[in-house]
Amino acid sequence: MTRNDSLLRKAFIHMGILPVLLIGAILFFALNEPRFMSSLNIFNVARQSTFLIIIAMGQMIVLLTAGLDLSVGAVVGFAGVVTALLVKPLAAAFPDFFLLPLLISVTAGIAAGMLVGLINGIGVALLKVPPFMMTLGTMTSLVGISLSMTSGLPVTRIPDDYQRILGYGEIFGLAPAMLITIILFIAIWLLLHRTTTGRYFYAVGSNIRSAALSGINTTKQLLLAYVLCSGLAAVVGVLFLARTGSAEALNGSAFGLQSVAACVIAGVSLFGGAGKVRDVVFGAIFIVILTNGMNLIRVESYVQQIVLGVILILALVADQIRTRMLAS
Amino acid sequence: MTPLLEAKGISKSFGPVKALKQMDFNLLPGEVHVLFGENGAGKSTLINVLCGALQPSTGTILRGGKEVSFSDVQHARAHGVAAMFQEFSLAPHLTVEENIFLGAEPRKGIWLQIGNRRQRVSDALKRYGFGVEPTQTVLHLTRAQQQMVEMTKALMTEPEVLILDEPTASLSQKETDAMYELIRELKAKGVGIIYITHRIKEIETIGDRVTVMRDGSFIDTVEMANTTQDRLIELMTGRQVDQLYPEIPHKPGKPVLRLEGITTADGGVTDASLTLHAGELLGIAGLVGCGKSRLIRAAFGLSDVTSGTIRVGDETIAQPNPRTMLEKGVAYISSDRRNEGLMMMRPTRENLTLSALGTEVLSTKSWIKLGFEKTMAQDLGTRLTVTPLQLEGPVFNYSGGNQQKVMIAKAIARDTSVFLFDEPTVGIDVGARVEVYRFLKELVEAGAAVLVVSSDLPEVLNLSNRLLVVRDGAIVDEMQKEEISEARALSGFFGTETAA
Repeated sequence: MTRNDSLLRKAFIHMGILPVLLIGAILFFALNEPRFMSSLNIFNVARQSTFLIIIAMGQMIVLLTAGLDLSVGAVVGFAGVVTALLVKPLAAAFPDFFLLPLLISVTAGIAAGMLVGLINGIGVALLKVPPFMMTLGTMTSLVGISLSMTSGLPVTRIPDDYQRILGYGEIFGLAPAMLITIILFIAIWLLLHRTTTGRYFYAVGSNIRSAALSGINTTKQLLLAYVLCSGLAAVVGVLFLARTGSAEALNGSAFGLQSVAACVIAGVSLFGGAGKVRDVVFGAIFIVILTNGMNLIRVESYVQQIVLGVILILALVADQIRTRMLAS
Repeated sequence: MTPLLEAKGISKSFGPVKALKQMDFNLLPGEVHVLFGENGAGKSTLINVLCGALQPSTGTILRGGKEVSFSDVQHARAHGVAAMFQEFSLAPHLTVEENIFLGAEPRKGIWLQIGNRRQRVSDALKRYGFGVEPTQTVLHLTRAQQQMVEMTKALMTEPEVLILDEPTASLSQKETDAMYELIRELKAKGVGIIYITHRIKEIETIGDRVTVMRDGSFIDTVEMANTTQDRLIELMTGRQVDQLYPEIPHKPGKPVLRLEGITTADGGVTDASLTLHAGELLGIAGLVGCGKSRLIRAAFGLSDVTSGTIRVGDETIAQPNPRTMLEKGVAYISSDRRNEGLMMMRPTRENLTLSALGTEVLSTKSWIKLGFEKTMAQDLGTRLTVTPLQLEGPVFNYSGGNQQKVMIAKAIARDTSVFLFDEPTVGIDVGARVEVYRFLKELVEAGAAVLVVSSDLPEVLNLSNRLLVVRDGAIVDEMQKEEISEARALSGFFGTETAA
């Protein structure tokens, strides 16, 4: 028994609370709802997770630098609106050759998102505005901008080809969003673990003064973190549009806090300098599984919110305990 | 005579670190009892326990012969024990008056009683001879003035036991004399004073008894009347003075770093010039806060320089910043490991290689050569005798001495020829100190230019080839190896004539 205890203890110290939560949630829903383990539902969960995974990976990079990006949700909406407003007239202008309008509008949507990230980065890195206030500010104005661009109405009647290629197509048996998520995961993993730029994100977040004394361009790192984060959110905006066929300013407004939650549950430190991208993927999947499972067993939506909130707090408490165990 | 305050078998642990081990101490009425020991010896922990700021893990405290257990600082103050810390416990945005009553505000129900508060503070400040107004905001006071506020705060409670943590560290000679006078008055009234200082001269001036601590343990309590300086140092370090400092053979070569007429924007340094040669160790001494550290920080681009030139070799550096200076082979080893030096929660390996990561040795086109990195970290850690070397554990787990070694190793990870050390042995134990000194010696022997800024006077007295003295942001004296003496350095510190 004691041996088991110490084994569990070691596992907890090493991996944190997330594996427990994830396995617990899967077991619970599998036992209470047969549809949960059906291949259709599993495919559903996988597809639904993609958006949150991508955004949470971006959020993680910002959190690593001891920052925070609340504007990711607004960027999802904004990038969708920009893409939608461009793809419609362009598709009408080039009816026979859809690839060009597609490329232009998607590139523009992502670039627009990255521009927002650049503004966030300038505010945080150069003007020294606290990240919370800076991104709260851009989030608020950005929703306003998206609303005025669309006169407050959803942009609908997106060309079918757009939805077919980026939304419901299949590449190697995978939905496009899944494939893109896998590619982005590999790219970010390589960035964080194999490149100096990635290492410097951790350095800037652990101790920005030490990083500066070590000759690291901290301003550049901060700018890059926010640009990458917004860029990833914009990718989700583009994919979201392909899935729903409609662009709205408030599409994705839930992603801001959900992405922070996914990171925190995955052990990413809000004080910067610590976190693993692999865990963040599982953190995002956990949140999606929880929502999906609760939907299946018909938990009312406000009860769902309570559960999510409580679990988030529990995860933070567990992380505190873990940090203390690590120290002793 | 019953001691005013007595500590018996006090131990205190912070996680795995034992800061105090079975410490004994007693304080008699009307005496100045000096606590003496190196940084990290446990003096601060002991006074924190005695004044109620920390609770001991084991052991007992007796106040006037009765066992007490202070739950917090207020509780200790109610028992007549007050402390003045070196790191001030003042709220910067409040006024002098508000700070003095902080936590002990006279109240009626939930309402503050303003009443004659200002008058009382103003009377007290006058009585002690402190030139501070009750309405001034603490933020705008000088360090010495803040110290006066802290002192007044402690004295207003009319304590029987007064704890002073390096009270003269930032005072001028005149202010220091006034402080001694005040202490003598308190002594005459029967107040017992626990006094922390690093300056042996000061111990001789006002100390009655001295308790020496090392590595959190009690070493000895001696009467000041029948002990010597050398004996004190021996007790403090656990070895004889000549074993502590290595003999460094200096072979000064070409000048590698030249500062000419440096004045910083914050006014901390005025018109300072120095030349550092290859193959020598240049010491810079001065009181805490005299600007000696700011001078080398300016040279590394850490504060804005309004006039003067910085030259590395023959090249003038117009806009120094850490990145360019590192590229020119100049490294700065900060005195502040926690806030500036290390990434506490990151692995030792990442800390060791951080400043060299962008160089061709460790990365090609920003792809890290992980294998090389590991080998290099292993080599660096071994070379600086970081023990036990755990490359993947966070540096947070290491003792101050090992952390210091990691910082130094980080500097040699790059091709460095000029080393600017800011307080290289602050807060590390004797064993680590000896190893740091040995390493400084190796650097000089290998032809590097080493500059050591230190508030630990014996350290720079013994290691330097040349010694500069800084007072009020200016270099006031330069001594060649054979001229170096404590008396001359001290007279430089305070601006008094050398008693030649």
